[in-house]
Amino acid sequence: MPFDLAFIWAGIIAFAVLTYIILDGFDLGIGILFPFGKSERERDVMMNSVAPVWDGNETWLVLGGGGLFAVFPLAYSVVLSALYIPIIVMLLALVFRGVAFEYRWRTERWKPVWDIAFFGGSTLAAFTQGIALGALVQGIEVADRAYAGGWWDWLTPFSLITGVAVVIGYALLGATWLVMKMSGELQERMRANARRLGAVTLAFILLVSLLTPFQDPVYFQRWFTWPSMGFSLLVPALLALGAWQLFTGLSSDREIAPFLAAQSLFVVSFIGIGISFYPQMVPPSLSIWDVAAPDESLAFTLVGTVVLVPLILAYTAYAYWVFRGKTDPDKGYH
Amino acid sequence: MDSLTAELLARFQFAFTVSFHIIFPAFSIGLASFLAVLNALWLWTKDDVYLTLFNHWKKIFAVAFGMGVVSGVVMSYQFGTNWGVFADKTGPVLGPLMAYEVLSAFFLEAGFLGIMLFGRERVGNGLHMFATAMVAFGTLMSATWILSVNSWMQTPAGYGVNDLGQFVPVDWWAVIFNPSFPYRLVHMVLAAYLTTALVVGGVGGWQLLRDADNRATRRMFSMAMWMLICVTPIQIFMGDAHGLNTLEHQPVKVMAMEGHFDSHDHGAPLILFGIPNQDEQRVAYSIAIPKLSSLILKHDLNAPLAGLDTVPREDQPPVAIVFFAFRVMVGLGFAMLGLGLWGLWRRYRGALYSDRWLHRAATVMGPAGFVAVLAGWITTEVGRQPYTVYGLLRTSDSLGPVSAPAIATSLIAFIVVYFFAFGAGTYYIVKLMGIPPGRRGHGLHEAPIRAAGITPAPQLDPDFRTTDE
Ligand code: HDD
Ligand code: HEM
Ligand code: HEM
Repeated sequence: MPFDLAFIWAGIIAFAVLTYIILDGFDLGIGILFPFGKSERERDVMMNSVAPVWDGNETWLVLGGGGLFAVFPLAYSVVLSALYIPIIVMLLALVFRGVAFEYRWRTERWKPVWDIAFFGGSTLAAFTQGIALGALVQGIEVADRAYAGGWWDWLTPFSLITGVAVVIGYALLGATWLVMKMSGELQERMRANARRLGAVTLAFILLVSLLTPFQDPVYFQRWFTWPSMGFSLLVPALLALGAWQLFTGLSSDREIAPFLAAQSLFVVSFIGIGISFYPQMVPPSLSIWDVAAPDESLAFTLVGTVVLVPLILAYTAYAYWVFRGKTDPDKGYH
Repeated sequence: MDSLTAELLARFQFAFTVSFHIIFPAFSIGLASFLAVLNALWLWTKDDVYLTLFNHWKKIFAVAFGMGVVSGVVMSYQFGTNWGVFADKTGPVLGPLMAYEVLSAFFLEAGFLGIMLFGRERVGNGLHMFATAMVAFGTLMSATWILSVNSWMQTPAGYGVNDLGQFVPVDWWAVIFNPSFPYRLVHMVLAAYLTTALVVGGVGGWQLLRDADNRATRRMFSMAMWMLICVTPIQIFMGDAHGLNTLEHQPVKVMAMEGHFDSHDHGAPLILFGIPNQDEQRVAYSIAIPKLSSLILKHDLNAPLAGLDTVPREDQPPVAIVFFAFRVMVGLGFAMLGLGLWGLWRRYRGALYSDRWLHRAATVMGPAGFVAVLAGWITTEVGRQPYTVYGLLRTSDSLGPVSAPAIATSLIAFIVVYFFAFGAGTYYIVKLMGIPPGRRGHGLHEAPIRAAGITPAPQLDPDFRTTDE
């Protein structure tokens, strides 16, 4: 396990992707839950609870793409070729949900259309992200520094399962976010939704965890031989802890704990996937070091990243702080 | 054959998505600065007219910015989806620049956008001003990095090539400040400011035709006309300098812009108009002024200029597109100058707000900036063909392992979605522009919009508070 620039960068990219999931997950989740907003007014408040921050959340996705291009260009090239269709669909879905934030307020007659665009775009984006994850776990065929598989290789029962799992999981994040930001009847409804979504999410995590070791013998070995098998005990234990927090939080009237607990499920699952992958960047054949850009590129980008990412985290936190508390339904925007 | 179609389709897809994208930054770079200026003027003078204008343009900005963001997210994945080989080869050089764009520009814009749009009441005027300035600064940072990226592809410098065939950085300073970057950056930022000035002036002219007494309308029209007359001459001057720099580094592009198929030993003519025929390597029906081109490009009537006859056919860009696009841009540049001078003269005569023909002309010229920007980019991009990295990596060698049907399908999806989504957005923007500043629109009761309630309700426009809470 050489501790060099490429290794550091793998960590940073993993951090960026995880941050994206943590931040944009609940944001997409609001869209997925949009049909559960019973009136126009309810949907207004739901959307308003993320309107000031959604753009920043999505920027982590741009960092994931741009960062990959900068430090692991071969991975960027191979993965985007292999996942061509899901990526394009995701981008188009993000167009729809992104514009809905503004368009919804600009029209009476078409408001329902943009409601559907927000719901559909969010759901589809989540679904394709899950599919991309599943396809990556399954492995991507590479020959001669290029993707060597077919156009539909990504489409398998496994990737469909991970697709649905991510949709449900994001909806759980969205529901717990709304428990935190809403009040009254809507909050209660979201509490009930979160309970159901929590159960289904856990079922999916279990299913995917059981299937993953069979996607690649390397994963199997990792999870079922010592010493790495230690994780096979630790990861489920942490998940169980998170689940317990989630359900107790939801049945008491605590508002923030369920959101944090739901996020912890994602963090632990993400770590689990990382354990399966390491040291591959594009399983099964490209390791972190195969895809890394030359050290000059890695070092140059690292300097700015070390300075700028903490700053970004600081002002992002500030923006969340500014818009803290319950979303006021009478104030349009807080 | 199959690879040819895939390449053409991929090129068309890139051109389509980036052309859509650039429309929004061209507007939002300028508008972000305009908003920062309006807000600062309001804080400074306490004249409510500036706050009215700020709130008016802020809504338009929000819609345009949203479209810019979603079309931009698409762009950041476009290099990998269709141009896999390009991505692998140039990633080590261009990737870090784009990463810096994300870190230093996109996050800044996105992080402060929420506060700028909705947060005035929560953070107070001072921090709100700071957020507004940060958004404007972010758009300029973004332009800086992405233009450095693009300029490097036009005039590569500071690189080496490793044994995998990748471009690798040798001297970062030389990479970033490559020979065409300063020119392109200034030219593009001025273009964005001009585009915004024309839009604001166009909306102002349109509104003045309907109601010449609205103070806010008058103020914005006046500001736009000042901007226009100050920036256009600089832009024309910069365009000339940019062209001279291009002649030095990409002479073939200039041959295409000028329509010079033939070399001239004693002064090349300036072809004002004509129809380039690349198959026969000549310009049909040309109207030309002898020796003028040498004068412009070499500052010497008799200086020799090489023509496309010195360039093998397969290394020539498509001449007609470059030739016409360049003329559209330059023609519009002079039309803008004309409008600016006209405005200056009417202002001097005290008729700025009453000359209806001036207002009509400004309205007609409202979209001219967008057309000029697109024409300029088409000149630049088509003119560097057949290379993606000038002289080093051919477009045909940049393509990833994509098959034509997949690209064709995604291309159709892009076209349908973009026309639908951005068509709707354009409609909403035009609708917002039709509302006089300071007045609330009809059928927009949902206007609990955007800005979380604003500070004091101005006495001048009793309506406008309702618009903005
Ligand atoms: C960061 C890089 C970058 C930037 C900022 C731009 N382009 Fe570009 N453009 C490319 C990178 C590129 C490219 C990757 O290098 C392409 C793709 C295939 C090619 O031939 O060059 C290209 C091709 C390309 C083509 C097709 C040329 C042809 O096939 O003959 C057009 C018309 C444009 N672009 C237009 C634009 C416009 C309107 C831009 C305004 C924003 C623009 N480009 C910015
Ligand atoms: C191929 C080239 C380009 C790529 C890959 C690209 C990428 C992007 C991305 C990902 C965003 C969204 C950022 C966010 O999430 O906030 C964006 C927005 C933006 N881009 Fe581009 N861009 C390209 C060309 C350009 C050019 C040529 C300019 C200007 C000179 C430009 C200026 C901007 C600006 C100012 C924004 C902020 C949003 C807006 O103002 O509408 N981009 N771009
Ligand atoms: C009237 C005088 C003008 C001249 C002589 C001029 C000259 C040029 C030249 C030579 C290029 C190509 C440079 C290259 O590819 O290397 C260019 C590109 C461009 N022009 Fe102009 N231009 C003029 C006016 C304008 C105006 C009024 C606008 C927009 C409002 C504009 C927008 C652009 C843009 C966006 C590009 C592409 C980006 C770039 O290469 O900088 N130009 N211009």
